[in-house]
Amino acid sequence: MMTAAASNQRNRIHPHKFTLWVAMASICMMFAGLTSAYIVKKNQSNWLEFDLPVVFYYSTIVILISSLTMHLAVKAIKARERSRYKNFMLFTAALGVVFGYLQWTGFANLKNHGIQLLGNGSNPAASFLVVIIGLHVLHVLGGIIALLITTIRAFRTGTKVYTSTPVEIVATYWHFVDLLWIYLFIFLNWIK
Amino acid sequence: MSTEAVLQAPSATHHEAHGDHHHEHHHHETFITKYVFSQDHKMIAKQFLITGMVWAVLGGLMSVLFRLQLGYPDAHFSWLQDILGKFWVEDGRITPQAYYALVTTHGTVLVFFVLTAGLSGTFANFLIPLQVGARDMASPFMNMLSYWFFFIASLVMLSSMFVETGPFSGGWTAYPPLSALGTASPGSKTGMDLWLVAMALFVVSSLLGGLNYIATVLNMRTKGMSMTRMPLTIWALFFTAVLGVLSFPVLFSGFILLIFDRNFGTSFYLSDIYINGVGALPNEGGSAILYQHLFWFLGHPEVYIILLPAMGMVSEILSTNARKPIFGYIAMIGSMFAIAILAFLVWAHHMFVTGLNPFLGSIFVLLTLLIAVPSAIKVFNWLTTLWRGNIRFTPAMLFAIGFVSLFISGGLTGIWLGNSALDIHLHDTYFVIAHFHIVMGVASMFGMFAGIYHWYPKMYGRYLNNTLGYIHFWITMIGAYLIFWPMHYEGLAGMPRRYYDYSIWESFKQFAELNRFISTVAMIVFMTQLLFLFNFFYSIFKGRKVTTLNPWNSNTLEWTTPIRPGHGNWVGEIPEVHRWAYDYGKDGREFIPQTEAVGADESHH
Repeated sequence: MMTAAASNQRNRIHPHKFTLWVAMASICMMFAGLTSAYIVKKNQSNWLEFDLPVVFYYSTIVILISSLTMHLAVKAIKARERSRYKNFMLFTAALGVVFGYLQWTGFANLKNHGIQLLGNGSNPAASFLVVIIGLHVLHVLGGIIALLITTIRAFRTGTKVYTSTPVEIVATYWHFVDLLWIYLFIFLNWIK
Repeated sequence: MSTEAVLQAPSATHHEAHGDHHHEHHHHETFITKYVFSQDHKMIAKQFLITGMVWAVLGGLMSVLFRLQLGYPDAHFSWLQDILGKFWVEDGRITPQAYYALVTTHGTVLVFFVLTAGLSGTFANFLIPLQVGARDMASPFMNMLSYWFFFIASLVMLSSMFVETGPFSGGWTAYPPLSALGTASPGSKTGMDLWLVAMALFVVSSLLGGLNYIATVLNMRTKGMSMTRMPLTIWALFFTAVLGVLSFPVLFSGFILLIFDRNFGTSFYLSDIYINGVGALPNEGGSAILYQHLFWFLGHPEVYIILLPAMGMVSEILSTNARKPIFGYIAMIGSMFAIAILAFLVWAHHMFVTGLNPFLGSIFVLLTLLIAVPSAIKVFNWLTTLWRGNIRFTPAMLFAIGFVSLFISGGLTGIWLGNSALDIHLHDTYFVIAHFHIVMGVASMFGMFAGIYHWYPKMYGRYLNNTLGYIHFWITMIGAYLIFWPMHYEGLAGMPRRYYDYSIWESFKQFAELNRFISTVAMIVFMTQLLFLFNFFYSIFKGRKVTTLNPWNSNTLEWTTPIRPGHGNWVGEIPEVHRWAYDYGKDGREFIPQTEAVGADESHH
């Protein structure tokens, strides 16, 4: 009975992992909604054309590196190297913070070039950037919090825990926000 | 009329010896963990149900108030003013501002808080773990969060009723520019802010719930419960959750843009607007139609989010009480799948008269009319399930049959409205009101009532009173048709929705008596719902006790749990499933539960 049940379970994905995949589909729909709104609006009158600041290229590189360090963190916990795991987790979180900061400077840069993002006289072309990129940064922020919580949990008690499931879940999410940014980056730069 | 006497005489199963003694107590539960911050899916289901019922009463009362205005436009109800105060009633009449606030809040509350949270929140929570054979949801904690987000959303929405400028009053669809500009109407000030906050919280609640339902159905089924052995209730709740998870985020993005337009001076939806007393607004380049696309991309799946759970429960209840297998089980799943797909492809039929390209419109007409195919398959299957059945007319069964009737009546007018040419005439008239109230509002309410009457014994270990149930059914059924049938004629005559007073219009004052008739019936039907409420709450404490495990002689797994199951549902191991849920009247046996192994000489279904 038990072995039968176990073999039945073997091929199944962990429920939390599965829930995350559904949640990611849900997040995709939100950004699909926003980017299609962007396309609709872009094809109407009074659309301000301007180039994205260069700093968004740097932030893209940063988030790509952070995905790599995230991957190394998962490999570390699977190899049972806890200190390496901790370092990579914290490094990934730090890169996430750098990414958020770079996005912020991107907006400051736009402002310096006389593009009004919000408020009286702003153009939807710029306001869309605030909403879309801002929402993405919020999702990265959620990822940073999840990273820190997972790291703290792994080191909270004296017993050494080597279960990789929570880390894998965070990693999946982290790669997802990375991919999401790449999509948004390509979309905002080259979809005309 | 004791149904139990009718139902229990034959075929007692081997389970019934267990009785009421095997409560499972894993751990000590305080009042707070058991009734308030409970992580037990059954308690969360009851929380959703009762909160939904509170909203149903409030939303229903709102409709009674605005029907009072529509039915008796010249009357003065000074006593109402004493109760509600001057914002709502002045000089004994509902004020125009209050009228629009009532219409708006009635719509929002009934669509989202009652028929989404109250319906799928209740039955997805209650039935999914019980019918797939799981001890609880994939994430009980997230499930609890889902309820409490709904609860906070309810509080915020409720508080909007009490602000000085009144609740939001721009229609439940909250179209900008009216909803985006506080200066445009008093109802678009604080009331709208609270409305948006409440709806954002609501979206979070339904996403948390939906994620859980999907994960539970796909990952937590008991041994032997393959997807094609699941009861149709679970299939329906599963598709509902998928629709919600994929469409609510789009509504959310629409709301975010609206919030930016309201509070941060952006122009996503606003362009070239002049407001009397304020002057020309600086906003340039926005498109109000953009909001409608984002809104209806949720808005249309939303009607199936409301309808599918009712369809699933009705399938289950019809089959159980007709003592016959559901006709066309796979066709039922297929048609629900088709409905779920088509739900995402028809949103623009709400926007035929917005200046939509007529060619694009014709594609949406085609896709809309295509929904008639799976709908007709479902209706056919329900009728053939009933055909020559050994029908037990329990209150749940009556409501389920009532659902089928309403779904047919309301569905047929959908074919009219789905046609873009006819829609030019019918758009925004009472014809639309009649259509969606019958097919989505009342029909789903009937599904919900059917579900409550049917699963009440499992929820509370007691029965609802049958006599009150029959009175409740007949008055509601007849009342629903008397209220909404005449509205078709008003709509065909061109009577627009949302007007405050029709008696001053030469073309519509002919309907004064008809409107009064509708209002009168609406009040009677509302009073009848209070009878149901009394039945519900009285029976929790004083209803006739359930004495057998399986009072309806049903096949599904929830009836193998103890009469009052504890957290974890089954005392011992979770039962294994050997067959589909609809072996009724097979091989000379009245019913064969899913847990019974398939015999060697059994015929195939």
